[in-house]
Amino acid sequence: MSKFSFRPDKKKNAPSMTRRGALILGLQGALMGGLVWRMRDLQIEAGDEYRMLAEENRINVRLIPPARGEITDSKGRQLAINRQNYRVVIIREEAGDVEAVLDELGRLIEITPRQRSRALREIRSKSAFVPVTVSEHLNWDEFAQINANAPALPGVAPEVGLIRFYPERETLSHIIGYVARVTEKDLTRADAQDSLFQIPDFHIGKTGVERAIEPKLRGNAGASRIEVNAVGRVIREIDRSEGVSGADLGLTIDLDVQRYTMERLGEESAAAVVMDVKNGDIIALASNPAFDPNKFVVGISQKEWDGLLNNKYRPLSNKAVSGLYPPGSTFKMIVALAALEKGVVSPGDRVFCPGKYKLGDRDFHCWNRGGHGHVNLRNALKGSCDVYFYDIARRVGIESIAEMARRFGLGVQHDVSMSAVRSGLIPTKDWKLAYRDQSWLIGDTLNAGIGQGFVLSSPLQLAVMTARMAGNGTQVAPRLIREENGVELIPEEAPSLSVAPQHLRAIRDAMFAVSNERRGTAYKSRIAEAAHAIAGKTGTSQVRRITAAERARGVFKNEDLPWERRDHALFVGFAPYDDPKYAISVIVEHGGGGSKAAAPIARDIMMRVLYQGEPPLTAYPANLRDDIEKQREERRNAKPPTEGERA
Amino acid sequence: MTFRDGAVTFERLTLWQKFFRFNWGLALLILAVAAIGFLMLFSVAGGDVNPWASRQMTRFGVGFGIMVVVAMIDLRYWKLMSPLVYFGAIGLLIAVEFLGVTGMGAQRWIDLGFFRLQPSELMKVALILALARYYSWLPADRTSTLVWLVPPLIMMAVPVLLVLRQPDLGTALLLMTGGLGVMFLAGVSWWFFIAGGLGAGGMIAGVMISRGTEWQILKDYQYRRIEVFLDPSQDPLGSGYHITQSKIALGSGGVSGRGFMEGTQSRLNFLPEKHTDFIFTTLAEEFGFVGGASLLILYGLIITICFLSMASSKNRFGGLLTGGLTLTFFLFFAVNISMVLGLAPVVGVPLPLVSYGGSAMLVLLFAFGLIQSAHINRKAER
Repeated sequence: MSKFSFRPDKKKNAPSMTRRGALILGLQGALMGGLVWRMRDLQIEAGDEYRMLAEENRINVRLIPPARGEITDSKGRQLAINRQNYRVVIIREEAGDVEAVLDELGRLIEITPRQRSRALREIRSKSAFVPVTVSEHLNWDEFAQINANAPALPGVAPEVGLIRFYPERETLSHIIGYVARVTEKDLTRADAQDSLFQIPDFHIGKTGVERAIEPKLRGNAGASRIEVNAVGRVIREIDRSEGVSGADLGLTIDLDVQRYTMERLGEESAAAVVMDVKNGDIIALASNPAFDPNKFVVGISQKEWDGLLNNKYRPLSNKAVSGLYPPGSTFKMIVALAALEKGVVSPGDRVFCPGKYKLGDRDFHCWNRGGHGHVNLRNALKGSCDVYFYDIARRVGIESIAEMARRFGLGVQHDVSMSAVRSGLIPTKDWKLAYRDQSWLIGDTLNAGIGQGFVLSSPLQLAVMTARMAGNGTQVAPRLIREENGVELIPEEAPSLSVAPQHLRAIRDAMFAVSNERRGTAYKSRIAEAAHAIAGKTGTSQVRRITAAERARGVFKNEDLPWERRDHALFVGFAPYDDPKYAISVIVEHGGGGSKAAAPIARDIMMRVLYQGEPPLTAYPANLRDDIEKQREERRNAKPPTEGERA
Repeated sequence: MTFRDGAVTFERLTLWQKFFRFNWGLALLILAVAAIGFLMLFSVAGGDVNPWASRQMTRFGVGFGIMVVVAMIDLRYWKLMSPLVYFGAIGLLIAVEFLGVTGMGAQRWIDLGFFRLQPSELMKVALILALARYYSWLPADRTSTLVWLVPPLIMMAVPVLLVLRQPDLGTALLLMTGGLGVMFLAGVSWWFFIAGGLGAGGMIAGVMISRGTEWQILKDYQYRRIEVFLDPSQDPLGSGYHITQSKIALGSGGVSGRGFMEGTQSRLNFLPEKHTDFIFTTLAEEFGFVGGASLLILYGLIITICFLSMASSKNRFGGLLTGGLTLTFFLFFAVNISMVLGLAPVVGVPLPLVSYGGSAMLVLLFAFGLIQSAHINRKAER
């Protein structure tokens, strides 16, 4: 019994257990009240906020890249398309032994040690369920091989993506440009806010139309909202919004003409632009040599890049819009128009050319040492007399010349959809003071009068200038994009040139003489058929000053100088003379004289446009037909130059 | 049958009488709380009784049986057995040092093959039993004398230090608080607690100051937990991850919750330990404020019923035992819920009767068995 007994409590002496227990219970109740209050704060007060956080935790937005807009020429031929990119990815958790699977895969397709180590590194750093690209740009056979052997390749998945492809390769590389991977630098670009830039391996336009029209071509990203768990594994797709594909563009370029132009420029470092004089459509725009833009899309090798960069012919630069050259004699029409409009000279006024022009104690030479004798405007342009233009330039002054030049689109940045379009330079007194900190000299005006000195223009600008001279008296603007998503873009109405029509006629008449009359500087490059007659102006622009020593030695022949120091050859023209439709400008870098190096190229290209194909031999002057036939034969046999050879 | 021996009443009850005196209300509440646990375990498994809910139900069944058996055994046997239980638990705690399995960075288990025993869980009950026995033996006029304070303090210190060595700060704190609770109920003077509180404050200061020195008292991860507790945003993907995700889950539940099995946070594994220590979060996410508060009300009813049982106890041992065990039970869920609400450091304390876990469930039901036994024998004065 004693074993089972409690000692009697001395309740009277001890504090009440019930009272203390109640105290504890009260405390507990208070604590629990606190907990409930805290729950109220979290769940009721801040509930919405936390619910949002939970959604963010749970929902991932995965971007779906839109299909990039495709680019076609004026006749709908494909210039830039999206091609399927076959690639193979591996998923670690499904593959198991990754190395063994890669070995097996290596028996089917070539996996370079570099690809292999890169894939293995990526596999290690990413979660087991993330697909890692092993190899891309596979051909169809390789892709089919992998598909057929799928059971032997656990965790290997063939995938199809889209990749930009330029079927014409070199032909339009400067116009269209190329797309390539987004780089760190691109992210600082103003339009880099687009979330698409965050997609790994996303391609954006880097040069040319691809860059200039980038936002439209890119389109809008679609999005797939997916539920993920804490480690990022996709549980399910909640909803999906398809993106908007980029706009398809139709260019004004005629692929046939463009191809021929590139071919005709051949081995030269040269540029040519063909424009429609009425609506400003750029029918061809060539810069030679070119490069294959597709190499940039898949990632160009360092060696190839260095080759392009160190090539003295600068294949990466678009000489047609960003190459700046002294326009030389092709600028003389502007000087003449300025003088005519100012009334300081009339077409019949004659100037005596003794072969040089004296300004103080300095002689300004005419290219023709013997002098042209008495020349009026027509003969001055026909024979490209420098003295005549020294004289009228001095009389009209640089400000009027500059104003006229800008009216014809020189020194103006044209709004064509390409990257690196440059504005060139039409000097004025203010410009020289501001940028050279020197006051304007009469000699500067004389140099400008023959398109030398400070004057700089691009082939595009010269083509625009010629188009405005030949056109309907408006400041027609060059245009490269004809259609957007199949809808033709209506160009803004061009402002008037405000030049008297008889003055334009006088200039056109003189240009006709240049090409079609004996002793005209481009007489050898005429078109025999009157209905397609070309009118133009040659130009030869010095890239150096002839030193006194050279003059003493009598070294003047371009052929005797190293390439880099030879003159640039230029030609601008329009055709047909009776009803001008097309304008052209050609520049051959360090090509020598304009009449010899540039005019024949311009004629051939122009004939391609006029005859819409290879012109008949009868279109050429009778005495040239044999030579032309021989040249054609040569060009047919010559294999197209490759980049390696040029480099 | 009631016997009177002088002024003292003692009873010898038949099984039938015990059955009637069994606290059915308490048992029903326990069943209700456990049922909530099953439901949540079913939900976090993605609507599957495997791997957690079915095993938890089995354990609860076994535990409920243990509770009934323990309840049917006369309280005086338990009083007699209490030193044995205490020393047995101490022995197991020492054994864990040598045979223990490390889980979550701490040595806590002994693998018995079919069952992983956590001696620290058992210790919580054993300590209360021992202290209740001590104070029921100690004459009331001596409770506050300094000499007689030493034995209970040693009884507490030994297991606390052993548990701290594992290291398991949460359990150590729970043991100490439970023990102090029994002392308080037994009538130890207020002054002792005030002095003790000041001492503890000094110790905490000491612990914090010791950081980074050679005699650093806590593990680095425990310091980090304290730091992150003060500012969880410090390390949202590391130490603060538990709390941050837990708060997001709780908060997103709102008033009425996201619906059964709709809790995205827990189902998608954003919540760590979603089936054990953080199960309250799942409840609050899926059933909202209403669900969380309901569980708290059930817990509140349990401790209230236990308090009433204690208050009606005519013997000191039963009263102290009930009071101490109830306090321990309260501490369990209060610390756990404070933890998931971001009010207490993350200290690995499960939510009683709800969290998945064998030892805790069995020991808890064993404790409730003792409370039932005390309840059945509450009218006995000796």
